[in-house]
Amino acid sequence: MPASEGSLREGAVMAREEPRGGLAVAVWATLKRDLVLLLRRRSEVLNPLVFFAIVITLFPIGISPDPTLLATIAPGLLWVAALLAALLSLDSLFRADYDDGSLEQLLLTPQPLAMLALAKVAVHWLLTGLPLALMAPVLGIMLALPAGSYLVLAVSLALGSASLSLIGAIGAALTVGLSRGGVLLSLLVLPLYIPVLIFGAGAVQAAIFGDGVLAHLAILGALLALALIFAPLAIAASLRISING
Amino acid sequence: MWAFINKLRSPKWFYAISARLQPWFWAAALILIVTGSVWGLAFAPADYQQGNSFRIIYVHVPAAFLAQSIFISLAVTGLVFMVWKIKIADMAATVMAPLGAAMTFVALFSGAVWGVPTWGTWWMWDARLTSMLILLFLYLGVIALRGAFASRDSASRAASVLAMVGVINIPIIKYSVDWWYTLHQPATFTVTGRAAMPMEMWLPLLIMVLGFYSFFIALTLMRTRSEILRRESSKRWVRELAEEAT
Repeated sequence: MPASEGSLREGAVMAREEPRGGLAVAVWATLKRDLVLLLRRRSEVLNPLVFFAIVITLFPIGISPDPTLLATIAPGLLWVAALLAALLSLDSLFRADYDDGSLEQLLLTPQPLAMLALAKVAVHWLLTGLPLALMAPVLGIMLALPAGSYLVLAVSLALGSASLSLIGAIGAALTVGLSRGGVLLSLLVLPLYIPVLIFGAGAVQAAIFGDGVLAHLAILGALLALALIFAPLAIAASLRISING
Repeated sequence: MWAFINKLRSPKWFYAISARLQPWFWAAALILIVTGSVWGLAFAPADYQQGNSFRIIYVHVPAAFLAQSIFISLAVTGLVFMVWKIKIADMAATVMAPLGAAMTFVALFSGAVWGVPTWGTWWMWDARLTSMLILLFLYLGVIALRGAFASRDSASRAASVLAMVGVINIPIIKYSVDWWYTLHQPATFTVTGRAAMPMEMWLPLLIMVLGFYSFFIALTLMRTRSEILRRESSKRWVRELAEEAT
Protein backbone atom coordinates (compact mmCIF):
# COMPACT_ATOMS: atom_id res chain seq x y z
CA MET A 1 0.00 0.00 0.00
CA PRO A 2 2.67 2.54 0.83
CA ALA A 3 4.05 2.24 -2.67
CA SER A 4 0.75 3.06 -4.31
CA GLU A 5 0.13 5.79 -1.79
CA GLY A 6 3.50 7.24 -2.70
CA SER A 7 2.72 7.12 -6.36
CA LEU A 8 -0.67 8.67 -5.67
CA ARG A 9 0.99 11.52 -3.87
CA GLU A 10 3.47 11.81 -6.68
CA GLY A 11 0.59 11.98 -9.08
CA ALA A 12 -1.01 14.72 -7.03
CA VAL A 13 2.24 16.65 -6.99
CA MET A 14 2.56 16.20 -10.72
CA ALA A 15 -0.97 17.36 -11.27
CA ARG A 16 -0.18 20.43 -9.26
CA GLU A 17 3.11 20.99 -11.03
CA GLU A 18 1.75 20.42 -14.49
CA PRO A 19 0.16 23.82 -15.15
CA ARG A 20 3.40 25.64 -14.34
CA GLY A 21 3.89 28.38 -16.91
CA GLY A 22 0.35 27.74 -17.96
CA LEU A 23 -1.00 31.15 -16.96
CA ALA A 24 -0.43 32.62 -20.39
CA VAL A 25 -1.99 29.54 -21.94
CA ALA A 26 -5.00 29.73 -19.65
CA VAL A 27 -5.53 33.44 -20.22
CA TRP A 28 -5.19 32.95 -23.98
CA ALA A 29 -7.62 30.03 -23.91
CA THR A 30 -10.15 32.08 -21.91
CA LEU A 31 -9.80 34.99 -24.32
CA LYS A 32 -10.27 32.79 -27.34
CA ARG A 33 -13.19 30.88 -25.85
CA ASP A 34 -15.04 34.04 -24.84
CA LEU A 35 -14.41 35.69 -28.19
CA VAL A 36 -15.77 32.68 -30.04
CA LEU A 37 -18.77 32.40 -27.73
CA LEU A 38 -19.65 36.08 -28.03
CA LEU A 39 -19.14 36.17 -31.78
CA ARG A 40 -21.56 33.26 -32.08
CA ARG A 41 -24.19 35.28 -30.22
CA ARG A 42 -23.94 38.29 -32.49
CA SER A 43 -27.11 39.92 -31.22
CA GLU A 44 -25.52 40.36 -27.82
CA VAL A 45 -22.68 42.27 -29.42
CA LEU A 46 -24.97 44.34 -31.61
CA ASN A 47 -27.62 45.15 -29.02
CA PRO A 48 -25.57 47.73 -27.06
CA LEU A 49 -24.66 49.48 -30.31
CA VAL A 50 -28.26 49.64 -31.46
CA PHE A 51 -29.27 50.81 -27.98
CA PHE A 52 -26.62 53.54 -28.17
CA ALA A 53 -27.92 54.76 -31.53
CA ILE A 54 -31.55 54.72 -30.41
CA VAL A 55 -30.90 56.61 -27.17
CA ILE A 56 -28.95 59.26 -29.06
CA THR A 57 -31.86 59.55 -31.51
CA LEU A 58 -34.24 60.16 -28.62
CA PHE A 59 -32.48 63.33 -27.44
CA PRO A 60 -33.02 65.55 -30.49
CA ILE A 61 -36.64 64.40 -30.53
CA GLY A 62 -37.12 64.90 -26.80
CA ILE A 63 -35.17 68.12 -26.28
CA SER A 64 -34.83 70.11 -29.47
CA PRO A 65 -33.40 69.58 -32.97
CA ASP A 66 -31.60 72.93 -32.73
CA PRO A 67 -27.96 72.22 -33.76
CA THR A 68 -26.37 74.86 -31.52
CA LEU A 69 -28.15 73.52 -28.44
CA LEU A 70 -27.35 69.94 -29.37
CA ALA A 71 -23.71 70.76 -29.97
CA THR A 72 -23.32 72.12 -26.44
CA ILE A 73 -24.80 69.06 -24.77
CA ALA A 74 -23.51 66.47 -27.24
CA PRO A 75 -20.36 65.41 -25.29
CA GLY A 76 -22.37 64.61 -22.19
CA LEU A 77 -25.17 62.93 -24.13
CA LEU A 78 -22.78 60.73 -26.09
CA TRP A 79 -20.89 59.74 -22.96
CA VAL A 80 -23.98 59.02 -20.87
CA ALA A 81 -25.59 57.00 -23.66
CA ALA A 82 -22.39 55.01 -24.24
CA LEU A 83 -22.13 54.38 -20.50
CA LEU A 84 -25.70 53.08 -20.35
CA ALA A 85 -25.09 50.89 -23.39
CA ALA A 86 -22.01 49.41 -21.73
CA LEU A 87 -24.04 48.86 -18.56
CA LEU A 88 -26.71 47.04 -20.56
CA SER A 89 -24.25 44.43 -21.74
CA LEU A 90 -22.71 43.84 -18.32
CA ASP A 91 -25.34 41.51 -16.93
CA SER A 92 -24.48 38.85 -19.51
CA LEU A 93 -20.75 39.04 -18.73
CA PHE A 94 -20.79 36.10 -16.31
CA ARG A 95 -24.43 35.02 -16.58
CA ALA A 96 -24.12 32.30 -19.23
CA ASP A 97 -21.01 30.85 -17.60
CA TYR A 98 -22.76 30.83 -14.26
CA ASP A 99 -25.81 29.09 -15.67
CA ASP A 100 -23.95 26.28 -17.44
CA GLY A 101 -21.44 25.75 -14.65
CA SER A 102 -18.30 26.77 -16.52
CA LEU A 103 -17.80 29.61 -14.06
CA GLU A 104 -17.27 27.02 -11.33
CA GLN A 105 -14.70 25.30 -13.51
CA LEU A 106 -12.97 28.65 -13.91
CA LEU A 107 -12.84 28.98 -10.12
CA LEU A 108 -11.35 25.49 -9.80
CA THR A 109 -8.47 26.04 -12.23
CA PRO A 110 -5.07 26.40 -10.56
CA GLN A 111 -4.47 29.70 -12.34
CA PRO A 112 -5.27 32.91 -10.48
CA LEU A 113 -8.92 33.71 -10.96
CA ALA A 114 -8.19 37.44 -11.16
CA MET A 115 -6.19 36.98 -14.37
CA LEU A 116 -8.86 34.81 -15.98
CA ALA A 117 -11.51 37.36 -15.01
CA LEU A 118 -9.32 40.04 -16.57
CA ALA A 119 -9.30 38.04 -19.80
CA LYS A 120 -13.09 37.86 -19.78
CA VAL A 121 -13.34 41.60 -19.14
CA ALA A 122 -10.88 42.25 -21.98
CA VAL A 123 -13.17 40.37 -24.36
CA HIS A 124 -16.14 42.34 -23.08
CA TRP A 125 -14.32 45.58 -23.79
CA LEU A 126 -13.17 44.45 -27.23
CA LEU A 127 -16.71 43.64 -28.30
CA THR A 128 -18.60 46.38 -26.44
CA GLY A 129 -16.44 49.32 -25.43
CA LEU A 130 -14.31 49.52 -28.55
CA PRO A 131 -17.24 49.32 -31.02
CA LEU A 132 -19.06 52.00 -28.99
CA ALA A 133 -16.00 54.23 -29.20
CA LEU A 134 -15.72 53.69 -32.94
CA MET A 135 -19.41 54.36 -33.47
CA ALA A 136 -19.60 57.48 -31.30
CA PRO A 137 -18.11 59.92 -33.89
CA VAL A 138 -20.86 59.00 -36.37
CA LEU A 139 -23.50 59.81 -33.79
CA GLY A 140 -21.48 62.90 -32.91
CA ILE A 141 -21.97 64.15 -36.48
CA MET A 142 -25.72 63.65 -36.06
CA LEU A 143 -25.66 65.70 -32.85
CA ALA A 144 -23.79 68.52 -34.61
CA LEU A 145 -20.74 67.97 -32.45
CA PRO A 146 -18.08 70.43 -33.67
CA ALA A 147 -15.52 68.86 -35.99
CA GLY A 148 -12.09 68.33 -34.50
CA SER A 149 -13.45 66.69 -31.37
CA TYR A 150 -14.27 63.36 -33.01
CA LEU A 151 -10.89 61.83 -32.43
CA VAL A 152 -10.89 62.94 -28.79
CA LEU A 153 -14.39 61.51 -28.38
CA ALA A 154 -13.32 58.14 -29.78
CA VAL A 155 -10.08 58.02 -27.79
CA SER A 156 -11.73 59.09 -24.52
CA LEU A 157 -14.47 56.50 -24.99
CA ALA A 158 -11.99 53.77 -25.86
CA LEU A 159 -9.91 54.55 -22.75
CA GLY A 160 -12.87 55.18 -20.47
CA SER A 161 -14.94 52.21 -21.53
CA ALA A 162 -12.11 49.90 -20.49
CA SER A 163 -12.43 51.28 -16.94
CA LEU A 164 -16.21 50.96 -17.24
CA SER A 165 -15.88 47.29 -18.19
CA LEU A 166 -13.53 46.61 -15.28
CA ILE A 167 -15.60 48.44 -12.66
CA GLY A 168 -18.84 47.08 -14.04
CA ALA A 169 -17.52 43.54 -13.93
CA ILE A 170 -17.25 43.87 -10.13
CA GLY A 171 -20.97 44.60 -9.98
CA ALA A 172 -21.74 41.85 -12.49
CA ALA A 173 -19.72 39.37 -10.41
CA LEU A 174 -21.51 40.43 -7.23
CA THR A 175 -24.97 40.01 -8.74
CA VAL A 176 -24.44 36.97 -10.98
CA GLY A 177 -25.81 34.59 -8.37
CA LEU A 178 -29.00 36.60 -7.94
CA SER A 179 -31.94 35.70 -10.14
CA ARG A 180 -32.93 39.29 -10.87
CA GLY A 181 -29.70 41.21 -10.59
CA GLY A 182 -30.23 43.60 -13.47
CA VAL A 183 -31.69 46.61 -11.68
CA LEU A 184 -29.49 46.06 -8.65
CA LEU A 185 -26.48 45.97 -10.96
CA SER A 186 -27.17 49.48 -12.22
CA LEU A 187 -27.69 50.73 -8.67
CA LEU A 188 -24.30 49.31 -7.66
CA VAL A 189 -22.30 50.27 -10.71
CA LEU A 190 -23.55 53.70 -11.81
CA PRO A 191 -22.24 55.63 -8.78
CA LEU A 192 -18.83 54.05 -9.36
CA TYR A 193 -18.92 55.16 -13.01
CA ILE A 194 -19.16 58.85 -12.22
CA PRO A 195 -15.44 59.76 -12.16
CA VAL A 196 -14.92 58.14 -15.56
CA LEU A 197 -17.94 59.98 -16.92
CA ILE A 198 -16.69 63.32 -15.59
CA PHE A 199 -13.26 63.07 -17.15
CA GLY A 200 -14.48 61.42 -20.35
CA ALA A 201 -17.10 64.06 -21.07
CA GLY A 202 -14.61 66.67 -19.80
CA ALA A 203 -12.08 65.64 -22.43
CA VAL A 204 -14.60 66.12 -25.24
CA GLN A 205 -15.73 69.47 -23.79
CA ALA A 206 -12.12 70.59 -23.61
CA ALA A 207 -11.60 69.57 -27.23
CA ILE A 208 -14.59 71.69 -28.25
CA PHE A 209 -13.38 74.73 -26.31
CA GLY A 210 -9.90 74.24 -27.68
CA ASP A 211 -8.37 73.58 -24.25
CA GLY A 212 -5.76 70.93 -23.67
CA VAL A 213 -7.27 67.48 -23.69
CA LEU A 214 -4.16 65.64 -22.60
CA ALA A 215 -4.77 66.25 -18.90
CA HIS A 216 -8.22 64.66 -19.10
CA LEU A 217 -6.99 61.73 -21.15
CA ALA A 218 -4.10 61.26 -18.73
CA ILE A 219 -6.51 61.06 -15.80
CA LEU A 220 -8.68 58.62 -17.72
CA GLY A 221 -5.55 56.56 -18.23
CA ALA A 222 -4.72 56.82 -14.53
CA LEU A 223 -8.23 55.64 -13.61
CA LEU A 224 -7.80 52.75 -16.01
CA ALA A 225 -4.47 51.83 -14.42
CA LEU A 226 -6.06 51.94 -10.96
CA ALA A 227 -8.96 49.79 -12.17
CA LEU A 228 -6.57 47.35 -13.86
CA ILE A 229 -4.76 46.82 -10.56
CA PHE A 230 -7.66 46.57 -8.16
CA ALA A 231 -10.73 45.51 -10.16
CA PRO A 232 -9.52 41.98 -11.07
CA LEU A 233 -8.97 41.22 -7.38
CA ALA A 234 -12.41 42.54 -6.48
CA ILE A 235 -13.98 40.62 -9.38
CA ALA A 236 -12.31 37.39 -8.27
CA ALA A 237 -13.44 37.86 -4.66
CA SER A 238 -16.98 38.68 -5.81
CA LEU A 239 -17.16 35.63 -8.07
CA ARG A 240 -16.12 33.41 -5.16
CA ILE A 241 -18.89 34.97 -3.03
CA SER A 242 -21.49 34.49 -5.76
CA ILE A 243 -20.54 30.87 -6.37
CA ASN A 244 -20.61 29.96 -2.71
CA GLY A 245 -23.85 31.80 -1.96
CA MET B 1 -3.69 43.99 23.30
CA TRP B 2 -4.19 40.64 21.56
CA ALA B 3 -6.22 39.36 24.44
CA PHE B 4 -8.44 42.40 24.14
CA ILE B 5 -8.92 41.91 20.38
CA ASN B 6 -9.61 38.24 20.87
CA LYS B 7 -12.24 39.06 23.45
CA LEU B 8 -13.74 41.63 21.09
CA ARG B 9 -14.36 38.83 18.59
CA SER B 10 -16.73 37.14 20.96
CA PRO B 11 -20.30 38.38 20.58
CA LYS B 12 -21.02 37.43 24.17
CA TRP B 13 -18.21 39.55 25.54
CA PHE B 14 -19.12 42.42 23.23
CA TYR B 15 -22.71 42.18 24.39
CA ALA B 16 -21.60 42.49 28.01
CA ILE B 17 -19.07 45.28 27.54
CA SER B 18 -21.34 47.35 25.31
CA ALA B 19 -24.02 47.19 27.99
CA ARG B 20 -21.62 49.03 30.28
CA LEU B 21 -20.35 51.50 27.65
CA GLN B 22 -23.70 52.35 26.15
CA PRO B 23 -25.14 54.59 28.90
CA TRP B 24 -22.03 56.76 28.89
CA PHE B 25 -22.30 57.43 25.18
CA TRP B 26 -26.04 58.11 25.46
CA ALA B 27 -25.39 60.55 28.31
CA ALA B 28 -22.57 62.26 26.40
CA ALA B 29 -24.72 62.50 23.28
CA LEU B 30 -27.65 63.96 25.20
CA ILE B 31 -25.56 66.53 27.08
CA LEU B 32 -23.50 67.58 24.06
CA ILE B 33 -26.40 67.83 21.63
CA VAL B 34 -28.61 69.75 24.08
CA THR B 35 -25.76 72.11 25.01
CA GLY B 36 -24.66 72.54 21.43
CA SER B 37 -28.09 73.16 20.00
CA VAL B 38 -29.19 75.59 22.73
CA TRP B 39 -25.90 77.46 22.48
CA GLY B 40 -25.80 77.38 18.71
CA LEU B 41 -29.45 78.13 18.06
CA ALA B 42 -30.11 80.67 20.79
CA PHE B 43 -26.88 82.29 21.97
CA ALA B 44 -24.35 82.23 19.16
CA PRO B 45 -24.19 85.57 17.34
CA ALA B 46 -25.97 85.85 14.00
CA ASP B 47 -23.80 85.76 10.92
CA TYR B 48 -23.03 89.19 9.48
CA GLN B 49 -23.90 88.00 5.98
CA GLN B 50 -26.42 85.23 6.38
CA GLY B 51 -28.19 86.40 9.52
CA ASN B 52 -29.88 83.65 11.45
CA SER B 53 -30.11 81.24 8.57
CA PHE B 54 -26.51 80.17 9.13
CA ARG B 55 -27.64 78.33 12.28
CA ILE B 56 -28.59 75.33 10.20
CA ILE B 57 -24.85 74.65 10.13
CA TYR B 58 -25.22 73.10 13.58
CA VAL B 59 -27.15 70.20 12.05
CA HIS B 60 -25.71 70.26 8.58
CA VAL B 61 -21.99 69.99 9.27
CA PRO B 62 -22.12 67.25 11.94
CA ALA B 63 -24.41 65.17 9.71
CA ALA B 64 -22.08 65.61 6.74
CA PHE B 65 -19.08 64.61 8.90
CA LEU B 66 -20.86 61.50 10.08
CA ALA B 67 -22.06 60.58 6.61
CA GLN B 68 -18.48 60.35 5.40
CA SER B 69 -17.03 58.77 8.54
CA ILE B 70 -19.67 56.05 8.54
CA PHE B 71 -18.84 55.03 4.99
CA ILE B 72 -15.18 54.75 5.93
CA SER B 73 -16.22 52.68 8.97
CA LEU B 74 -18.22 50.44 6.65
CA ALA B 75 -15.14 49.82 4.53
CA VAL B 76 -12.96 49.21 7.61
CA THR B 77 -15.42 46.79 9.20
CA GLY B 78 -15.80 45.15 5.79
CA LEU B 79 -12.05 44.65 5.58
CA VAL B 80 -11.90 43.32 9.13
CA PHE B 81 -14.72 40.91 8.36
CA MET B 82 -13.18 39.70 5.09
CA VAL B 83 -9.67 39.25 6.50
CA TRP B 84 -10.26 38.00 10.06
CA LYS B 85 -13.83 36.72 9.75
CA ILE B 86 -14.85 38.65 12.85
CA LYS B 87 -18.62 38.43 13.01
CA ILE B 88 -19.02 41.49 15.22
CA ALA B 89 -17.51 43.65 12.47
CA ASP B 90 -20.18 42.54 10.05
CA MET B 91 -22.98 43.01 12.57
CA ALA B 92 -21.76 46.57 13.13
CA ALA B 93 -21.60 47.14 9.36
CA THR B 94 -25.16 45.86 8.99
CA VAL B 95 -26.53 48.37 11.47
CA MET B 96 -24.28 51.25 10.40
CA ALA B 97 -25.24 51.33 6.72
CA PRO B 98 -28.82 52.63 7.18
CA LEU B 99 -27.55 55.13 9.76
CA GLY B 100 -25.01 56.45 7.29
CA ALA B 101 -27.63 56.72 4.58
CA ALA B 102 -29.89 58.62 6.99
CA MET B 103 -27.08 61.01 7.93
CA THR B 104 -26.28 61.62 4.25
CA PHE B 105 -29.93 62.39 3.66
CA VAL B 106 -30.01 64.77 6.64
CA ALA B 107 -26.93 66.56 5.34
CA LEU B 108 -28.42 66.86 1.85
CA PHE B 109 -31.81 67.95 3.11
CA SER B 110 -30.50 70.52 5.57
CA GLY B 111 -28.19 71.76 2.83
CA ALA B 112 -31.13 72.20 0.49
CA VAL B 113 -33.09 74.09 3.15
CA TRP B 114 -30.03 76.23 3.80
CA GLY B 115 -29.61 76.85 0.10
CA VAL B 116 -32.91 78.67 -0.24
CA PRO B 117 -32.05 81.75 1.86
CA THR B 118 -28.37 81.89 0.92
CA TRP B 119 -28.18 80.85 -2.74
CA GLY B 120 -31.84 81.32 -3.60
CA THR B 121 -32.14 77.74 -4.82
CA TRP B 122 -32.85 74.31 -3.37
CA TRP B 123 -30.23 72.52 -5.35
CA MET B 124 -27.08 73.34 -7.22
CA TRP B 125 -24.72 70.95 -9.01
CA ASP B 126 -21.98 72.11 -6.74
CA ALA B 127 -19.02 69.82 -6.16
CA ARG B 128 -19.84 69.07 -2.55
CA LEU B 129 -23.55 68.57 -3.09
CA THR B 130 -22.97 66.26 -6.00
CA SER B 131 -20.44 64.10 -4.21
CA MET B 132 -22.77 63.81 -1.20
CA LEU B 133 -25.60 62.72 -3.49
CA ILE B 134 -23.34 60.05 -4.98
CA LEU B 135 -22.39 58.97 -1.46
CA LEU B 136 -26.10 58.47 -0.77
CA PHE B 137 -26.36 56.27 -3.88
CA LEU B 138 -23.36 54.25 -2.71
CA TYR B 139 -25.04 53.69 0.68
CA LEU B 140 -28.26 52.61 -1.03
CA GLY B 141 -26.29 50.20 -3.19
CA VAL B 142 -24.64 48.59 -0.16
CA ILE B 143 -27.97 48.26 1.64
CA ALA B 144 -29.75 46.88 -1.44
CA LEU B 145 -26.98 44.38 -2.15
CA ARG B 146 -27.10 43.09 1.42
CA GLY B 147 -30.83 42.65 1.13
CA ALA B 148 -30.65 40.82 -2.21
CA PHE B 149 -28.82 37.69 -1.03
CA ALA B 150 -30.63 34.76 0.48
CA SER B 151 -27.65 33.55 2.48
CA ARG B 152 -26.41 35.86 5.21
CA ASP B 153 -22.76 34.96 4.77
CA SER B 154 -22.78 35.82 1.06
CA ALA B 155 -24.68 39.01 1.77
CA SER B 156 -22.11 40.06 4.36
CA ARG B 157 -19.15 39.37 2.13
CA ALA B 158 -20.72 40.99 -0.93
CA ALA B 159 -21.59 44.12 1.05
CA SER B 160 -18.04 44.21 2.43
CA VAL B 161 -16.53 44.05 -1.06
CA LEU B 162 -18.83 46.79 -2.31
CA ALA B 163 -18.06 49.03 0.68
CA MET B 164 -14.34 48.63 0.07
CA VAL B 165 -14.69 49.36 -3.65
CA GLY B 166 -16.91 52.33 -2.88
CA VAL B 167 -14.48 53.84 -0.41
CA ILE B 168 -11.73 53.90 -3.04
CA ASN B 169 -14.15 55.82 -5.19
CA ILE B 170 -15.04 58.46 -2.60
CA PRO B 171 -11.84 60.56 -2.80
CA ILE B 172 -11.88 60.18 -6.59
CA ILE B 173 -15.45 61.47 -6.75
CA LYS B 174 -14.62 64.28 -4.38
CA TYR B 175 -11.74 65.57 -6.46
CA SER B 176 -13.13 64.73 -9.88
CA VAL B 177 -16.31 66.60 -9.10
CA ASP B 178 -14.21 69.56 -7.96
CA TRP B 179 -12.38 69.50 -11.26
CA TRP B 180 -15.47 69.08 -13.30
CA TYR B 181 -17.21 71.95 -11.59
CA THR B 182 -14.35 74.42 -11.62
CA LEU B 183 -14.03 73.91 -15.35
CA HIS B 184 -17.28 75.77 -15.83
CA GLN B 185 -17.69 78.21 -12.99
CA PRO B 186 -15.78 78.88 -9.80
CA ALA B 187 -16.99 77.50 -6.48
CA THR B 188 -19.31 79.92 -4.76
CA PHE B 189 -19.21 78.38 -1.35
CA THR B 190 -17.03 76.25 0.86
CA VAL B 191 -17.58 74.95 4.36
CA THR B 192 -13.88 74.94 5.10
CA GLY B 193 -13.92 78.57 6.22
CA ARG B 194 -14.07 77.40 9.80
CA ALA B 195 -10.90 79.16 10.86
CA ALA B 196 -12.52 82.41 9.79
CA MET B 197 -15.44 81.69 12.08
CA PRO B 198 -15.47 83.46 15.45
CA MET B 199 -14.98 81.34 18.56
CA GLU B 200 -18.52 81.75 19.84
CA MET B 201 -19.86 80.27 16.61
CA TRP B 202 -17.22 77.59 16.25
CA LEU B 203 -17.36 76.11 19.78
CA PRO B 204 -21.03 75.09 19.67
CA LEU B 205 -20.35 73.55 16.26
CA LEU B 206 -17.53 71.49 17.74
CA ILE B 207 -19.83 70.42 20.58
CA MET B 208 -22.51 69.41 18.10
CA VAL B 209 -20.03 67.39 16.04
CA LEU B 210 -18.87 65.55 19.17
CA GLY B 211 -22.49 65.07 20.21
CA PHE B 212 -23.42 63.59 16.85
CA TYR B 213 -20.48 61.20 17.04
CA SER B 214 -21.48 60.08 20.54
CA PHE B 215 -25.02 59.61 19.32
CA PHE B 216 -23.77 57.52 16.42
CA ILE B 217 -21.60 55.35 18.68
CA ALA B 218 -24.38 54.86 21.21
CA LEU B 219 -26.92 53.99 18.54
CA THR B 220 -24.50 51.62 16.80
CA LEU B 221 -23.76 49.87 20.09
CA MET B 222 -27.45 49.51 20.83
CA ARG B 223 -28.36 48.23 17.37
CA THR B 224 -25.36 45.90 17.23
CA ARG B 225 -26.56 44.41 20.53
CA SER B 226 -29.95 43.60 19.07
CA GLU B 227 -28.26 42.28 15.94
CA ILE B 228 -26.18 39.97 18.16
CA LEU B 229 -29.30 38.67 19.83
CA ARG B 230 -30.96 38.11 16.47
CA ARG B 231 -28.04 36.24 14.92
CA GLU B 232 -26.96 34.31 17.98
CA SER B 233 -30.47 33.41 19.04
CA SER B 234 -29.66 29.71 18.87
CA LYS B 235 -26.66 30.03 21.23
CA ARG B 236 -27.01 28.90 24.79
CA TRP B 237 -25.99 32.17 26.44
CA VAL B 238 -28.67 34.05 24.53
CA ARG B 239 -31.33 31.52 25.52
CA GLU B 240 -30.25 31.73 29.15
CA LEU B 241 -30.46 35.51 28.90
CA ALA B 242 -33.96 35.29 27.48
CA GLU B 243 -35.01 32.91 30.25
CA GLU B 244 -33.67 35.31 32.88
CA ALA B 245 -35.62 38.14 31.37
CA THR B 246 -38.95 36.34 31.30
